[in-house]
Amino acid sequence: MKVVVCVKQIPDPADPGELDPDTKTLKRDVKLILDESDSYGVEMALQLVDDAGDGEVHLVSMVPNNEVSGLRTALAMGAAGATLISDECLSGSDALGTAKVLAKAIAAQEPDLVLSGTESSDGYTGTVPAQIAELLGLPSVTFAKEIAIDGGTAKVKRQTEAGYDDVECPLPAVVSVTAGVVEPRYPSFKGIMAAKNKPVEELTVEALGVDPAEVGWAGSRQDIIDIAAAPVREAGEIIEDEGDAHERIVAFLDELKVL
Amino acid sequence: MGLDKIWVFAEAQGDSVASISLEILAKAREVADTVEVFMAGHGDDHAEELGDHGATAVYVTGDLDGSLQGSAVATAVAAGIEAGDFDLPDAFILGTTQDGRDVAGRLSVKLDAPVITNVVDLEFDGDTLVGTEPVFGGSTNVKTRFTSDKVGIFLVRPKSFEAESTGGAEADVEDLDVPDLGAAGEAKITDSFAEETEGPRLDEAAIVVSGGRGMGEKDAFSMIEDLAKILGAAPGATRAIVDSGWVPYSYQVGQTGKVVKPTVYIASGISGATQHLVGMKGSKNIIAINKDSEAPIFAVADLGIIGDVHKVMPKLIEALNNR
Repeated sequence: MKVVVCVKQIPDPADPGELDPDTKTLKRDVKLILDESDSYGVEMALQLVDDAGDGEVHLVSMVPNNEVSGLRTALAMGAAGATLISDECLSGSDALGTAKVLAKAIAAQEPDLVLSGTESSDGYTGTVPAQIAELLGLPSVTFAKEIAIDGGTAKVKRQTEAGYDDVECPLPAVVSVTAGVVEPRYPSFKGIMAAKNKPVEELTVEALGVDPAEVGWAGSRQDIIDIAAAPVREAGEIIEDEGDAHERIVAFLDELKVL
Repeated sequence: MGLDKIWVFAEAQGDSVASISLEILAKAREVADTVEVFMAGHGDDHAEELGDHGATAVYVTGDLDGSLQGSAVATAVAAGIEAGDFDLPDAFILGTTQDGRDVAGRLSVKLDAPVITNVVDLEFDGDTLVGTEPVFGGSTNVKTRFTSDKVGIFLVRPKSFEAESTGGAEADVEDLDVPDLGAAGEAKITDSFAEETEGPRLDEAAIVVSGGRGMGEKDAFSMIEDLAKILGAAPGATRAIVDSGWVPYSYQVGQTGKVVKPTVYIASGISGATQHLVGMKGSKNIIAINKDSEAPIFAVADLGIIGDVHKVMPKLIEALNNR
């Protein structure tokens, strides 16, 4: 079974960076890491291939520079190889432009299953999996919290507002997985060493066969007209518990007349 | 000034229209003369409620035989546009929900129209609609508008607007023609499960009591449940402890969980990761208990207690029990 996993390399969320006021894109001069949300898809893919007894996990990713450190993390976890679309013109791409690029790269791999996170930790649009599925003419099951493969069918528990649905879907299909569904493995030393020699195919947007006009800022057909600091909450009362802090909480709730 | 027409994707929640859909209707009615709704399933049960919230028509797919809503609704809308069945709207607004995102994603491909996501406010700039989206965990707001002549698709976050009954007449119910969905329609729901919780709904409760990793261990979460019960509150949780399996996802507050705006939010053992803050910092009053004085949660707290939850919470529960 061949599983393709979409992964995104993002600035470390602990140091999220800022928007460049001139270009209105994320300053990416910091080192990029594997989005934690995607580590669940990578782990899930590795487990499903293990269960199937044969096959491999292939990564697809895109980036405006030729950064690969996040991909190496996923390769060190056990993915066999990666396709990286690396092109300056990708800067400013929205979800639809992103999906067009990833879908083209995925199609070339002819996978049985495409996995992704439900949303990235920096852009969190959450529409890319459905867009990829639509571009490829495939069924999709988003927000999966459990996946089992039974012959040519994916059996998925899909999160809902109230609980979950059991969903069955013929392969090939696109499935997005929620955080926490599996415990992503830590790359072993052996894995890290092996990852250095795993194939990462780097392609430009044109080499991939996508029109550069469909990606980046131009392709997004959106304009940011304002960037401003969000209103800040007024500073509150902070006290140290000396054994009676609960009394202050009760008094506060009394003041609010909610008791 | 106003737009001619806005389309809204509405969802059902049990026998009612989902609150996110009613919230969007209120905004749509404010900015446009005509508001029409698209919905999976049958519309007769909801026509009255949708009309009362400002919709004049509801277009429905009928029974989907288990198919997920995303492909069915998007395909029916695109086919209707293609066939010239509709006058195009100025915008199509959907909720940031599982199915809302599926419909928006698939429709954006079918119409080759971009999507503005995570919208928390909509306003006019001249005669174009502008969306406001928080970035970097809500520290910065960006305002975005479309530059193409495609239908503008907006995904709006829950609790961004207030639902409002207008006393409008029952909406006309119109059947949509759903074409063959091909492979995309083959993902089918075979069974549905609800994770029942006692007490008020998390996204509607006046008081929410939430726990995080700082509670230490799964058993300690019973303190959250106990305090919630006394206060008539809904219990909530951070992504960290949902991921750890302490409580089901239906408890999760935050970017990937529910957005809550209660009168009082009590954060117990929660450090305040941006993922969590995004879902609760609209609360009217925030009480935080955490032993780390540097925890980001204190930046949004109206009352912050620097202390051990295992000491403060039992005393708080006892004091409230004794009243």
